[in-house]
Amino acid sequence: MSDLLNIAGKTYQSRLLVGTGKYQDFAQTRAAIDASGAEIITVAIRRTNIGQNAGEPSLLDFLPPEEFTYLPNTAGCYSADDAVRTLRLARELLDGHKLVKLEVLGDPNTLYPNMIETIAAAKVLVKDGFDVMVYCSDDPIIAKQLEEIGCCAVMPLASLIGSGMGILNPWNLQIIIANANIPVLVDAGVGTASDAAIAMELGCQGVLMNTAIAAARDPVLMASAMKKAVEAGREAYLAGRMPKKLYSASPSSPSAGLIT
Amino acid sequence: MQLIINGKPKTFDLASFSVAHLVSVLALEGKRLAIECNGEIVPRSQFAEKRLMDGDKLEVVGAVGGG
Repeated sequence: MSDLLNIAGKTYQSRLLVGTGKYQDFAQTRAAIDASGAEIITVAIRRTNIGQNAGEPSLLDFLPPEEFTYLPNTAGCYSADDAVRTLRLARELLDGHKLVKLEVLGDPNTLYPNMIETIAAAKVLVKDGFDVMVYCSDDPIIAKQLEEIGCCAVMPLASLIGSGMGILNPWNLQIIIANANIPVLVDAGVGTASDAAIAMELGCQGVLMNTAIAAARDPVLMASAMKKAVEAGREAYLAGRMPKKLYSASPSSPSAGLIT
Repeated sequence: MQLIINGKPKTFDLASFSVAHLVSVLALEGKRLAIECNGEIVPRSQFAEKRLMDGDKLEVVGAVGGG
């Protein structure tokens, strides 16, 4: 079945996007990402260690940019200016790479996004030629505004980053999906495979996660579970589920020919 | 001269040198990184010509694991 994810004019087989943080080591990161089947992987931009461990391996040695589509993020940024600065450095770091994940946080305890700063940053980045996938609240009006600004995907949270609480407001997600002309991906809050499947059944174009895999007891096995959940949820969405019947049952076996 | 690299002062014997020389001195050659000098990105293509002066503030960044 040819059912590809299209983001900013490029197509992908996998609808599961994964982060590269919180793993035990780079070997485990690589093994989990291989098991997830993800083609798009997020990375953070941070100061390089100066004068120490100069020869130690880096993330890029294990996940070569030739094999994956990197999605540099702005994790840890609390202002539009910091986010824009970070992504301009990322573009230089990755040889002019344009696809980025914008997130501007509003509070260190909840990591809830600051949408006023996010919108300000999105405007600058789109004007500057970036393809912006934007982490956002699950507010349908904000999501529409981000689309109008020119973001290439909106990524509302299912619940707080790293919380594993699953999809707290499927109704808002459905409104966002129904109104969107760009891909909607759930980003943040997925805890286990059923959460990812539900996101896809709602009609999301993809799911982005990190902690749900990295913090599982067996991250590689969970990565495999998430791959299947995203695929299953997508197929269920395309297949079109049966209508729910709240007050009447309907037997699966024939009513005729009963032995009396 | 003294440079502020990633927030920390570092003193060098020479009065001025290029970004390329700094990358070499810091044993970062061949590493994928991006460098900002006084808030302005220095493109890799300009590492050899861009000269650093006393007091310059540099950010040297790379990609790390993140979500």
